[in-house]
Amino acid sequence: MDPIYQALVDIVGQEHVSNQPEELFIYSYDLGTTEPHRPDYAVTPRSTEEIQEIVKLANREKVPVVPLGGGLSLAGLAVPFRGGIALDLKRMDSILEVNEKARYAVVECGVSQGQLTSYLERNYPHLTHSEPGAPPTATIAGNVAIHGQGDLAQPYGFNSDMVNGLEIVLPTGEVCKFGSCSIGSGWFTQHPLPDVGLFLGWSGTTGIITKVSIRLFPSKKIRGVGQFVVEDEELVPEIMYKLTHTQMTEDIVAFSQAVPPFASGLQHFTINIAADSEKELEFKQEIIWDDTLGEYIRSGAGGFLGFRSGLQRPQVSKTSDWRKGGGFEYVGSIMPVDTYPECYRRGREISERHDIPYTVLGRCVGTAHAMMFSWTYAFNRADPETVRQAREALHETDDLVLELGGTIWKPGLYGQKLVMERLDPNTLNLMKKIKQMLDPNGIMNPGNWEVS
Amino acid sequence: MYELKFNESECLSCATQDCLTRCQYMDIDRDTAKAEILKIARGEDSFVLHDCVTCYACEEYCPVNNHPFYLIVEKQEELDVPPLPRPLIRRGIQMGIPFRGEPVIDEINGQTLDMGAFADLMYLIQGKLFEGLPVISTDPRKMFHYFCQLMYLHYGRASVIKERLPGIIQTIAKHNVTEVICFHDECYGTYTSYCPAVGIEVPFKSIHFFEFLYNRLNELKGEITPVNLKVAYQRPCSSRLSSDKHHFVRDIFDLIGAEYVEREYVDENALCCGGTIQGQRREGSRKRTADVQKRNIEDIKNAGAEICVFNCPACYTTMGRLVAQNGIRPVFMSDLCRLAIGEKPAGWR
Ligand SMILES: Cc1cc2nc3c(=O)[nH]c(=O)nc-3n(C[C@H](O)[C@H](O)[C@H](O)COP(=O)(O)OP(=O)(O)OC[C@H]3O[C@@H](n4cnc5c(N)ncnc54)[C@H](O)[C@@H]3O)c2cc1C
Ligand code: SF4
Ligand code: SF4
Repeated sequence: MDPIYQALVDIVGQEHVSNQPEELFIYSYDLGTTEPHRPDYAVTPRSTEEIQEIVKLANREKVPVVPLGGGLSLAGLAVPFRGGIALDLKRMDSILEVNEKARYAVVECGVSQGQLTSYLERNYPHLTHSEPGAPPTATIAGNVAIHGQGDLAQPYGFNSDMVNGLEIVLPTGEVCKFGSCSIGSGWFTQHPLPDVGLFLGWSGTTGIITKVSIRLFPSKKIRGVGQFVVEDEELVPEIMYKLTHTQMTEDIVAFSQAVPPFASGLQHFTINIAADSEKELEFKQEIIWDDTLGEYIRSGAGGFLGFRSGLQRPQVSKTSDWRKGGGFEYVGSIMPVDTYPECYRRGREISERHDIPYTVLGRCVGTAHAMMFSWTYAFNRADPETVRQAREALHETDDLVLELGGTIWKPGLYGQKLVMERLDPNTLNLMKKIKQMLDPNGIMNPGNWEVS
Repeated sequence: MYELKFNESECLSCATQDCLTRCQYMDIDRDTAKAEILKIARGEDSFVLHDCVTCYACEEYCPVNNHPFYLIVEKQEELDVPPLPRPLIRRGIQMGIPFRGEPVIDEINGQTLDMGAFADLMYLIQGKLFEGLPVISTDPRKMFHYFCQLMYLHYGRASVIKERLPGIIQTIAKHNVTEVICFHDECYGTYTSYCPAVGIEVPFKSIHFFEFLYNRLNELKGEITPVNLKVAYQRPCSSRLSSDKHHFVRDIFDLIGAEYVEREYVDENALCCGGTIQGQRREGSRKRTADVQKRNIEDIKNAGAEICVFNCPACYTTMGRLVAQNGIRPVFMSDLCRLAIGEKPAGWR
């Protein structure tokens, strides 16, 4: 009997650990182009204490631990490159608290976006959280672990900016809390204690988030989407600038894609607006469509496609699957908004060179402070040649992001290397020290953010 | 190659100038109407080219079938007076491009029902009324091979229709069909009004969907139980191209025991759903749409209708939710007919 397997059984029970190849296979790959690699064990713990025990075991045995939420981040971020333990967190799925008046929710790390959305819709219909366009099984914790953004990114920024507190199991097994909860108060704020924020954006390499307090926001009675379209990509930054000046939108996304043909060569905007009454809605619509965008309509440069109440979630997943075989992966980036035209043109070029129908999208983050710009490349899972093409296109795009003066969002190994090559040496050195201090045995999601 | 047959001399001798004087979106007297239609016919600019909301109604108002609306569209294109902003036109034109392979051509050898660009609405042609009827354009991925293209009248782009339509007709004809029941008014209007007006040959006979429904209901008369509902009907723009078939609306309602409520915006005075108006270049188009819709729905409400019947999926998309918010149930005509013969359409509660 394998002693590690037995120790894991002792911690979580037989039902919740596996070393069977057919189950390990599931944990060996993600939806993207990353080469699969099997873990040696897959474990589904139910409590912070169990996670602590697992991490301590992994330290003793020097085996890697790879946290896994919904496994939807693509880019291979939760592929166990060096084997070890795939730590599937989906059973940690309790919504622990919703503080209605202070507008936050404390959730365990396995709580999914869809779960929180439906819980709030049912029990707190006037509250909502910023849900990413990912499939609804993506987790809240996995999303903040990679600095995700959702459908309230325009007014409120990155989802990781909405964190009010964290509970972390450190790579050495201790539990730490951050934010007001760490002094025994409620989970209502991350500030103003001394900043030891070492866990967001690290893709699970510095510890395991076991609990997270996430801000909630008013959910107005009417939430809907209006669409606007322009031909000239040069207009996109100024339109985003003008729209954000109104401070009346919840989400602004511009996209263009080769398929279906209607969208090709055009820049579509989806603009989310919310209101509590028809009166408020009409007021906002008047400001947005008539006053702010009216000049484009009258000159013939922009067209209004109507407003429809009801949010379509998720939006993005629909757009990516136009090639036989169903595979896709995207490079995400955080870019200055005024790079949109160049991002679009250069992205098209890359896609066309690799014979992939182009799909690009820019989501406004903050008051046009930045945008998340993504280039999606479809491939046929059953055809290694198209996977290779997509991978090449992804790597070229990683290079492009840095060339255009942006940063790669949730980079895979190739992108992480590019980023670290450019990182300020002192910062890089600090990252190395932090990592060594927190994770002396290098067990946490190894391969990722490794400073040599 | 295909040319609109518009007869200017009909306008010179026209006693009414109904085409423009009856327009519900512009206030035009007879003298102005005459002057403007002649200007348009002679290729000169006219405010009508700029202000037309493309509701199609003047096609019905002209007593001699002179095709004033088709003329307006031709001249909007010729004189570069696009009714919509450029990106909307490009988007619309690109929308009709088929992109998922060729359609499967089954030999029909007789009558068929053509879903046109609405293959995703197959749930609207279920049950006894449609039993045994071969259907073409059943695959949403291939439906643009059957798209009649007439929508581009709203875009001021007759050239696109003329360029693509012969190919679409050929695709339908390849099924070896004799009679084509058109699910959508727009297809029917294309084959029976637009094609003859510009000289495109159509090698099959077209049947209006309501005529088909009426005849089928008569065949199933014994199974009809009166629905006893007060109904209004949202007349689509393209039904103006087949005004001779519009009586089937009333005929069907009579047959199934639906009370067609008395209202102001009905039949020839019907109002546009607003779908095409809201995106127009003209100042205030969004608000104009809201106003038209408000008047329309108030009128339906005041008339006491419980149900608003649609045949055009575009009207349904534009107005369905609004109608429902006002306590009136939006229902497709085929579903209402199914109710009358004791069937329960999808989603009916
Ligand atoms: C179609 C599609 C659309 C998308 N749209 C968006 C979007 O609009 N916005 C957006 O932000 N993202 C988007 N994504 C990316 C991604 O799916 C989401 O960010 C998602 O929320 C990630 O969560 P997850 O649970 O799937 O994370 P996983 O993929 O499971 O994990 C992400 C990373 O975090 C680590 N990790 C997971 N859980 C923990 C934990 N508890 N503690 C420490 N580390 C952990 C993992 O090891 C991995 O490195 C999209 C993805 C797809 C496929
Ligand atoms: S188009 Fe018809 S209604 Fe108009 S003026 Fe000419 S003949 Fe008369
Ligand atoms: S199409 Fe409608 S709006 Fe245009 S001129 Fe004819 S009746 Fe008037």
